[in-house]
Amino acid sequence: MIPEIGQFAMILALSLAICQGVLPLLGAHRNDAAMMGIARTAATGQFLFVAVAFGCLTYAFVTDDFSVLYVANHSQLSLPTVYKVSAVWGAHEGSLLMWILILAAWTLAVARFSSGLPEAFAARVIGVLGLLSIGFLLFAILTSNPFDRLVPAAADGADLNPLLQDPGLAIHPPLLYIGYVGFSVAFAFAIAAMLSGDLDRRWAKWTRPWTTLAWLFLTLGIALGSWWAYYELGWGGWWFWDPVENASFMPWLIGTALIHSLAVTERRGLFKSWTLLLAITAFSLSLLGTFLVRSGIIVSVHAFATDPTRGFFILGFLAVVVLGALILYAWRAPSMDSEVGFGLLSRETFLLLNNVLLVVATALVLIGTLAPLVIELLDGSKISIGPPWFEVAFLVPTLPLVLLLGVGMHTAWRTQNAKSWLGVLRIPAIIALVIGFVVPLLFYGRSSLLLVVGCGAAFWIIATSVILPLRSIRREKGSTGITRSHLGMSIAHLGMGLFVLGVTVVSAFSIETDRAMQPGQTLEVGGYEFELRELRDVQGANYSAIEAVVEIRDDGEVVGELRPQKRQYLVQKNWMTEAGIDASWNKDLFVALGDQLGNGAWSVRIQYKPLIRFIWLGALVMALGGLISVSDRRYRLRASKAAEAAPAVAESA
Amino acid sequence: MVRYIAPLVVVILLIGFLVIGLTRGDPRALPSPFIGKPAPQFELPTLKDPEVRIGSTNLEGKFSLINVWATWCAGCRQEHGFLLDLAAENNIPIYGINWRDTRPKALQWIAQLGDPYVASGYDETGRVGIDWGVYGAPESFLVSGDGIVLHKHLGPLSRETWEQDFLPLIEGGGASR
Repeated sequence: MIPEIGQFAMILALSLAICQGVLPLLGAHRNDAAMMGIARTAATGQFLFVAVAFGCLTYAFVTDDFSVLYVANHSQLSLPTVYKVSAVWGAHEGSLLMWILILAAWTLAVARFSSGLPEAFAARVIGVLGLLSIGFLLFAILTSNPFDRLVPAAADGADLNPLLQDPGLAIHPPLLYIGYVGFSVAFAFAIAAMLSGDLDRRWAKWTRPWTTLAWLFLTLGIALGSWWAYYELGWGGWWFWDPVENASFMPWLIGTALIHSLAVTERRGLFKSWTLLLAITAFSLSLLGTFLVRSGIIVSVHAFATDPTRGFFILGFLAVVVLGALILYAWRAPSMDSEVGFGLLSRETFLLLNNVLLVVATALVLIGTLAPLVIELLDGSKISIGPPWFEVAFLVPTLPLVLLLGVGMHTAWRTQNAKSWLGVLRIPAIIALVIGFVVPLLFYGRSSLLLVVGCGAAFWIIATSVILPLRSIRREKGSTGITRSHLGMSIAHLGMGLFVLGVTVVSAFSIETDRAMQPGQTLEVGGYEFELRELRDVQGANYSAIEAVVEIRDDGEVVGELRPQKRQYLVQKNWMTEAGIDASWNKDLFVALGDQLGNGAWSVRIQYKPLIRFIWLGALVMALGGLISVSDRRYRLRASKAAEAAPAVAESA
Repeated sequence: MVRYIAPLVVVILLIGFLVIGLTRGDPRALPSPFIGKPAPQFELPTLKDPEVRIGSTNLEGKFSLINVWATWCAGCRQEHGFLLDLAAENNIPIYGINWRDTRPKALQWIAQLGDPYVASGYDETGRVGIDWGVYGAPESFLVSGDGIVLHKHLGPLSRETWEQDFLPLIEGGGASR
């Protein structure tokens, strides 16, 4: 009964989505207030019904209703309740429903916080979001119904993929989806602007906080995914250039470009058509990512449910959305660009470079992800692309990007006086160079060109990022201080610096050792002694495991104990590695069990990973920067009447 | 004007490719241009001893399984246990192509996880990988005694895929060639 209510709620949500997608757009076109007024009501109703459907599916999971096919396939009686809930989005059908729920939630948020927007504009934005919702709801109802019944019902389920039975992976997809789907708001704002033919700086101001919000969730989602891969997949890497990872990384790169391009459009009224194009691209890449992951077109380690009909549906939807948007763009964008000049040495120039480099980086990732496919289709031959290719190719645009970042932050809009500019940048440049040379030698005892460049770049970003906040602290009295959005920018860039530092040090100084060990044996890695004390059997709720007890000593003194496990889940019978990690701010000691080698010996992988925490810390700090900048007062639309007039006039000269 | 239309053109091309890619069917059963044709000739230094070389001549006269692997590849780790089992059953010789890897890492991997291979060729530059149309690691080829590629499998091998896709070819179809 409950699953049928869920399915019915999904169909009602679709009906409301159709109202929301059609009437407000028509109303905005005809200037009919009554039709536009439907937008917010329909959006609220749609959210409610999607939430009911999602609730019903969750209920089916929690109550072990194995008469629902999806539940029977992805849950099991002895699965801990937390994972029964997260199993809702553990596979295709349910994660699609979650995608729809998140889209409805973003729409609701737009509906609630758009009272300061012109009525026709708000109606168009909500209408476009409604059109997107129609597509996804049709997708779910026609090809991927999570409420399909299984007759007769199964006695027990087939269990959730053990890889997904982990707190990190329970919250990774929601965060990632909030980010992915969040770009639909920027997309809807772009379409609405093109439909009305009216794009001014206020448009950029309205779009910015939504974009930054989506971006910060995507940042957190990607970081969490990387962290999960690190401790759960069991071999200590943090990024694999896997197609599925790339699928989330490309929208992030374009989203980052969009945030910067929006800044130029808001402050200077420039790059308008470019900003529109980025807004379209960011969301299109989110859709492409969904397509790549679910169609099975690309073979991936993470390969999700693969099904050609679903592939065709997403591809068709992708084609309609992207082509529609780009046709509108080709038609409307040419009339929107304004001719305003800027000096060669100006913030505009640096933000332009930022955009170009980020787009190049995205293109490289896209090429690397699709090349095997495209080239094979062209002439039947195949080229091979692996992590080694990505690692080299990706450095080409990103190295100049991080170096220019420090300069760009301290360059004025319009035109910058070269002399005062060198005055500000001299000190951070010296700091960066000195530290770049000294730190690797001092702390790790050796250095190389790439290390000097990497550490130098990291400290260059860190030093240039803290200048503004430090100054505002020093001269509290009298001066205007720092705005939230400036502080947010500085902190996000600081996070980037920490990230670069982490990546550089981890890739240069990690030590990885694979050895066969018997209980009682000791191995030295990175200056620490690891003793395999014992191996024992452990029982978990739905798995049995072999656990190793490894004692870590530093100069004979015990500094820690790790208990890596090798788990076998009872239903699906596959083996999972639970690494033991001794984490501290400046290094991780990582022990994972490999395979049994006979006569009591096990293969053991021991790793020393200096500063690896900085990789995720950097991402967290970036997201924090985004949050601070979203909280800037000028984005609050409540007081919009006054704000609308002031900044628009003040800078029009 | 061109710059406003260019994105549209790019996307149309891209979607065209994706449509063709989808209609091609199951990508894991990817029809390789080599299936049913003689396996590409190759000769490589072995992983364990650069002086010793293995190549097409080693494959003559019996079915063999060619497995492309690398230490940076996640799927290779996943299938390794199965390869060890398969090697222990002693029904078919497994030859490895260690692809775009470094020798010390690869040697450590084998010392550590066990060596299912009769021998592994060391394809550092990926040259042989290109000849064989390697798409990514892991990848496995079934080659008949007269040097014909009978089957290609993308992604990690498992008992299930082995019994489904490889065994019937060895027991039935392969013999008729």
